[in-house]
Amino acid sequence: MHHFIDRRRNPKGKSLGNRQRFLRRARDNIKERVDRSVRGKTLQQDSGDPNEGEKVTIPAKGLKEPRLAHSATGGLRHHVLPGNKEFVVGDTIPRPQGGAGQGGSKASEDGEGEDEFSFTLSQDEYLEILFDGLELPDLVEKNTFETLTVGTRRAGLTTAGSPNNLNLVRTMRNSLGRRIALQRPTMAAQKEIESQIEELEMKEPLTTKQQKLLQELQARLEAIERKRRVVGYIDPLDLRFDTYVPEKIRNSKAVVFCLMDVSGSMQEREKDLAKRFFLLLHLFLTRGYEQTEIVFIRHTHHAQEVDEEAFFYARETGGTIVSTALEKMKEVIADRYPTDEWNIYGAQASDGENFGNDSQRCKTLLLQDLLPVCQFYAYVEIVDEDADMLLSNAEAGEDLWQAYRQVRNKVQHFEMQRVSLPSHIYPIFREFFLPKIKGAQHAGS
Amino acid sequence: MQAAKTTRKVLFDGPEWTFELMEKARDAIEDIALNDLGLEIYPNQIEIISSEQMLDAYSCAGLPLMYQHWSFGKHFVRDDTLYRTGRQGLAYEIVINSNPCISYNMEENTMAMQTLVMAHAAFGHNHFFKNNYLFLQWTDAAGIHDYLAFAKNYISACEERYGLDAVEEILDAAHALQAQGVFRYGRPPQPTAAERQAMQRVRDGYESSQSLLDLWTDSTMRHEGEDSEDEDPQISARQKELNLPQENILYFLEKNSPILRSWQREILRIVRCLAQYLYPQKQTKVMNEGCATFVHYYIINKLHERSQLTQGAYMEMMHSHTNVVLQPEYDDPRYGGINPYALGFAMMMDIRRICQSPTDEDREWFSDFAGDPDWRGVLRHAWANYRDESFIQQFLSPHLIRKFKLFTLTNDAKHPNLLVSQIHNRAGYRDIRRDLAQSYNLAYLEPDIQVTDVDLRGDRELKLTHLVRNGIQLDTVNCEEVLKHARKLWGYGVKMTATNEGDGQNF
Repeated sequence: MHHFIDRRRNPKGKSLGNRQRFLRRARDNIKERVDRSVRGKTLQQDSGDPNEGEKVTIPAKGLKEPRLAHSATGGLRHHVLPGNKEFVVGDTIPRPQGGAGQGGSKASEDGEGEDEFSFTLSQDEYLEILFDGLELPDLVEKNTFETLTVGTRRAGLTTAGSPNNLNLVRTMRNSLGRRIALQRPTMAAQKEIESQIEELEMKEPLTTKQQKLLQELQARLEAIERKRRVVGYIDPLDLRFDTYVPEKIRNSKAVVFCLMDVSGSMQEREKDLAKRFFLLLHLFLTRGYEQTEIVFIRHTHHAQEVDEEAFFYARETGGTIVSTALEKMKEVIADRYPTDEWNIYGAQASDGENFGNDSQRCKTLLLQDLLPVCQFYAYVEIVDEDADMLLSNAEAGEDLWQAYRQVRNKVQHFEMQRVSLPSHIYPIFREFFLPKIKGAQHAGS
Repeated sequence: MQAAKTTRKVLFDGPEWTFELMEKARDAIEDIALNDLGLEIYPNQIEIISSEQMLDAYSCAGLPLMYQHWSFGKHFVRDDTLYRTGRQGLAYEIVINSNPCISYNMEENTMAMQTLVMAHAAFGHNHFFKNNYLFLQWTDAAGIHDYLAFAKNYISACEERYGLDAVEEILDAAHALQAQGVFRYGRPPQPTAAERQAMQRVRDGYESSQSLLDLWTDSTMRHEGEDSEDEDPQISARQKELNLPQENILYFLEKNSPILRSWQREILRIVRCLAQYLYPQKQTKVMNEGCATFVHYYIINKLHERSQLTQGAYMEMMHSHTNVVLQPEYDDPRYGGINPYALGFAMMMDIRRICQSPTDEDREWFSDFAGDPDWRGVLRHAWANYRDESFIQQFLSPHLIRKFKLFTLTNDAKHPNLLVSQIHNRAGYRDIRRDLAQSYNLAYLEPDIQVTDVDLRGDRELKLTHLVRNGIQLDTVNCEEVLKHARKLWGYGVKMTATNEGDGQNF
């Protein structure tokens, strides 16, 4: 008695539950590392392979499984070792550092001796942890917002399928109909004749008439039995199965417009801060949409659509006219991103300088043309590290800042913040996307 | 026999395995295992799995079903990382002590490896599981699958009902004490005095409901109880009441913790039952692997003799076999302790040698079986009736001690240097054998900790006593962590004291 079983096709991820419990346990540690890891990334890297995991190393602290064990040192121990070459009884050997012989190898047996613990998070897990607790803006208010749902939908009945999809009601209805149509004798009918036969058989001896009746009954019983055999209670014909088809509920796409001032006043530091912000926004949106695209628009006194490399690293000189970038964005939207198909997000970074009275024009452009078609628009002003006055006082600021403040007062899905350090980026980003209910509470209190 | 030999054909040719070929190979192996070696096995269930499934099995002690816990996820993640970065290979097979005997074979194995692995696991280990006394006494091979299924469902139901955190807390604490959750000596627990009384009360209730003489039965019962309490001083009375001292801490907590609810007790019970189920495996590593390795070695040689294997397949198997039984010497960078495969296999081969061509020395040391014509019987007897410690103590021969060039290194904390106390010479054989056997004695390897006292009517502090042997103390950091867990389960203070084995002196 033996058999072979091919288990290779069994469902994968048997230990998924364990993994989730593990991540849950180590959540705080992992989160810290994930937040840290987001800094060294480029946008391209993440728009590349979405299945690419993220390697994380966390301290083993908090993941220990303590056991009662002997300490590795002290006391009297005898170790038996193989491979004696030159020792004779009575030889002494200086004690090696860090526990002798078997004592030393025990420590890392269970990985307990290690201080750090590396593993790979899947992209989903990574994003889930990175954006823990954040929400896409205006999820409720704007019904043009489309989320992607891949679900299954009932698609009628079929005659073949797996047993767990068996539709009992339909199957039994078919079975009943067929049994009526083919006049399958019921159990009760069979029982009745059987009892009649039994009754007759009890009365020995029988008269000829009774014998004839008995024979007739037996013939009928046989016929009934045969018919019950031939016409099954449930026939493969009766079987009906529910079917499901996978269905995508609306195609959803998002595009992020990254707008940045690249005039001379924007140095490496400013660009780096802007990049971090754009990166976060992009990562965040990849989680909510099936497809995300990025459009890079840089501007000096005129605006250009460029690739990432040029966006962040190429040098450009000129004045600063912010509205050109907004014009460009409007143009690109009209050109390539019809608003009924695309969810549009805008993110703008600048050092706050603008030419003359261009800021008023920016305001008009935003209010009339851009904000009505955008899901969300964020403005980040990058200021000097020592500009405490600006950081602590939202009212102070130059033209552009003032103009945008007016915009924010009118429009819900416009957000603006000032940053000066890399460590500001993430909190600010979180603030932008915290569930809006929280914001309402703040306002109320 | 001669005729049969000539008609036998090569079992397979080429590296690819198929189920048909495996079936054929299995039949050929079975013929040798049962009819030649006289093995006795559970029915085999051989399952082919992928590397991911092997990692799954790794993370939960090789058991086919397991409840969910973060530590298994951690082990999976660790093994997965090691495997992916090429720092750790995966086993060719895993075998489970159950009826039917389930062995997992990796899909990556070549046909030659599959044959080797089947001989090793599905026959070697299988025979050992079915016949060794430890497995027979302490594990229920037929019931383990049902029990695992029960444990998994029970714990997931608890998670649903009481929350992940509450269950995790109990499991963490129970895992910390898992090694202290086994009964080491072959004696099922007797009902405690309290349990006996509870049983008695049930019976009393029944009887008094039958009888009008309630008063009479009650008063006689009370009288008996008082008597026994008067006999003993207070401490020994309460020790007796709780069946102390108790080495199985989890069992004690399960039965006596004042704060646990019934589902929490059940979880403790699950953890300790699994610990008990796995305990024989820890005690028989050398023997179990030695038995399986000897069986596969004998079988593949026999197959080769019968020309059922191609030269290539035979070479591949021998290559793998040689790797498995490699014993690096103590000063080799690869040295990581004594390889149980190497020692076990060498001892089995040595027993066969002693039976077949004994020397005078063997006759002196092993007078009971040296020259015994039935070496198969001698081996089967050894496999059935020993564990590592007693097996080495009984069967390790001077010949092998010389072959392995074993020596004893004494590490006494009182002295600055290590001392070579015995080497492989006439004066040293017995000591080396004793020391080696002792190093496989779990009772010595694992700390001896017992619940010694608790005053349930007083401060309820649970007193654990560590019996210190040879001055080896507990690892303090771990101990403190474990005690924290123990306090969670007990609800009151838990204190660990150390007592010296010889003089009973406390630390």
